[in-house]
Amino acid sequence: MTADQRHGAEIDPATGYETTGHDWNGIRELNTPFPRIVIWALALTFLYSMIAWILLPAWPIGRDFTRGVLGLDQRQIAMQGYAALERGRDDWMAPFAAGNLDALAADPALMARAMPAAQRLFADNCAACHGTHGTGGPGFPDLTDANWLWGGSPDTIAETLRVGINSGHPDTRVSQMPAFGRDGMLSREAVQAVTDYVLALPGSAADAQSAGAQVFAENCVACHGENGNGGLGTGAPSLVGARWIYGGDRAKVLATIHGGRQGVMPSWAGRLSAAEINLLAVYVARLGANNQHAEAP
Amino acid sequence: MIASLSINERQVGLMLTIGVAILGLIMLGAAKEGPMAVHGAMALALGIVLAFSLVGSLFDPDAPGGRAARYYDEPTRFGLMLTLIWGVVAMSVGVWVAALLYWPEATPLWPATSFGRLRPVHTTGVIFGFGGNALIATSLHVLQRTSRARLADSVSPWFVLIGYNLFCAWAVTGYLMGSTQSKEYAEAEWYADIWLVVVWVAYLVLYLRTLARRNEPHIYVANWYYLAFILVVAMLHIVNNIALPVSFAGARSFPVWSGVQDAMVQWWYGHNAVAFFLTAGFLGMLYYFLPVRAERPIWSYRLSIVSFWGIVFFYVWVGSHHLHYTALPYWVQTLGMTFSVMLLVPSWASAGNAIATLNGAWHKVRDDATLRFMFVAAVFYGLSTFEGSFLAIRPVNSLSHYTDWTVGHVHSGTLGWVAMIIFGAIYTLVPQLSGRTTMAWPKAIEWHFWLSIAGTLIYVVSMWNAGITQGLMWRTYDANGGLAYSFLESVMAMAPYYLLRTIGGALFLTGTVLCALNVRATMLATPVGAGASDRPLLTQPAE
Repeated sequence: MTADQRHGAEIDPATGYETTGHDWNGIRELNTPFPRIVIWALALTFLYSMIAWILLPAWPIGRDFTRGVLGLDQRQIAMQGYAALERGRDDWMAPFAAGNLDALAADPALMARAMPAAQRLFADNCAACHGTHGTGGPGFPDLTDANWLWGGSPDTIAETLRVGINSGHPDTRVSQMPAFGRDGMLSREAVQAVTDYVLALPGSAADAQSAGAQVFAENCVACHGENGNGGLGTGAPSLVGARWIYGGDRAKVLATIHGGRQGVMPSWAGRLSAAEINLLAVYVARLGANNQHAEAP
Repeated sequence: MIASLSINERQVGLMLTIGVAILGLIMLGAAKEGPMAVHGAMALALGIVLAFSLVGSLFDPDAPGGRAARYYDEPTRFGLMLTLIWGVVAMSVGVWVAALLYWPEATPLWPATSFGRLRPVHTTGVIFGFGGNALIATSLHVLQRTSRARLADSVSPWFVLIGYNLFCAWAVTGYLMGSTQSKEYAEAEWYADIWLVVVWVAYLVLYLRTLARRNEPHIYVANWYYLAFILVVAMLHIVNNIALPVSFAGARSFPVWSGVQDAMVQWWYGHNAVAFFLTAGFLGMLYYFLPVRAERPIWSYRLSIVSFWGIVFFYVWVGSHHLHYTALPYWVQTLGMTFSVMLLVPSWASAGNAIATLNGAWHKVRDDATLRFMFVAAVFYGLSTFEGSFLAIRPVNSLSHYTDWTVGHVHSGTLGWVAMIIFGAIYTLVPQLSGRTTMAWPKAIEWHFWLSIAGTLIYVVSMWNAGITQGLMWRTYDANGGLAYSFLESVMAMAPYYLLRTIGGALFLTGTVLCALNVRATMLATPVGAGASDRPLLTQPAE
């Protein structure tokens, strides 16, 4: 009896290889020679790794690590990449850092280069609240009409972007409509009356002798203007016409007067550069100018 | 299942179930409200139900005699049923959340049904519920056959299976209640993690005791893989889940790791969960069921040994490739990248060994959908390990990272490799466990195969397209040096791919449902032509 036979080794007819003689519930194994290609593949991948370890930061040594002959540092590479991108934009972006925005907006060649980037900047930072086309939505003002809470010139828009509204910025624009009903500043009847008055605006249509007109004159005109046209740069919107931030049906207007509104826009000063803020300001100013569905005050 | 236990074992089981009920009562009493109280109530209810069924059987006839001379297959059968239940439930949740990405407006208003809570229900349900139960169930079968020994005892397999599924149920119901550690694939909270350690140690002890009683001189390679799975998963699970509970009477906890160390520990865990849960364990399954079904010897004994040690050695280094271009130091990234590339060799050696084993049996691959499932699994194993090594190379990763390419890669591995090998094993095992030579509906296997292949390909190809599209849109600049696309545009560009992904997932789910029904029909069918595929057990000393 040979050693092979003793271990039950036999020749597999399909491959011609010997089995190892092991047998588990019918499973056997072929004693195939170790495939050369696996050794070559291991050698090749190891060579790749060796090269990478020599060139790049790779192995820890105590509190330090091998730096690699290329001396690469991923933070430095990233910063260099950003700097290179910025240099590529500099020729048209630099004027926005500190320039006369009205003059820049009047330069068609510059606008042709800047506005596509501004549109993406708007989509990435502003569209979540104001909509991809800047038309706003419940709670967020439409930027395409002629009604502005804080002014619609590029410079005032840039300032709004920089400091935000009711934000944490030290110079933030502040605009808080009080909760006239909830805080007991007006009686329930007065809130109802002024709601009816506001819904009936403009003044030519509303009853100037009504109780609502009285309440309006005493409580609302300071911010919203004598005729409710807004636009005083106080953050108070126009109450005239069909365009409403928080909804213009009776229940919504009533809710606004009862509970007040303190809309927030974040300050973008830390997140966007001065040039990017100015670029966006020009873009937003043009949104309104390019889309004149403004209503007569 | 109780009929297979001796009266003495039923008494031990009764003690254990009363223990679970008391544990549940303590959790309920300590927490009083919130996820931990609900989980306590679940354990209490489980303990009471099991205790009542055991008490009721204490005076029933004892276990049939001569069982020491037979393999113990009831736990495997039970585990396979749980596998399919989890598979159907968790894949349905997967299809639902995929649909939500296409129709986000369809999200119901309740917090429990939000995308963020349902997604981990899908991942935990498929990985741990579907995959984990399949691994435990098949490992118990393979262990006994390749050791030619009956399981070392009859109670602990039930403790392992029921305890493990209690963990899975705690995990997914916790997510629905908003309870999570926020660590991917390790979301379950601290008490569930501790419970899993207890269950897992019982599993390891059962495995080692049975292996020690083996009547074969050598330990078959499948057992090496299953053991690596059990041991390393225990190590990963414990290290990644070390956390300080805010209170022992509540579910919340904070991990002891912080910052970039936390990220590194998490992805050391996360990638080795892929390695030792989704790869090593399933390679064990492949190394047993593929040669059994093909009736062919393993092509190379040496290759199977070298691949095993290669996979075990290289995998533990590569987790850092999940953190390329982050705060993780560059040198750790380089090591992760290079070891990922070297890992390809033992991975492909395993896939090649499996495919070469089919030499001489290719006509069976053509005719037998069950074997074809296993062949396709080996092919997808090769494809996704290549893709994994490729994506681990830093510059490639700079394009693919954070995109749906990653999702496509994961599903090429989980649908194409893990699920396919599970289905191959199930279709091999279930007839045998039911005393039959074939499944109840043999034609349904063929349908299932093509549904799975179509679903996987549609899913994976649409995610490849989605991921590469996203990656390119995010890094494209226009002539003026500004970004060419806003992020929003890259989201909107995903719509067709997300729709296709949902369709692919639905096809795959349909196949799984078909499989579950087929298995149910087979288990209920009359035994026909009992297969004598097993060697008889060697006579054992009397228990």
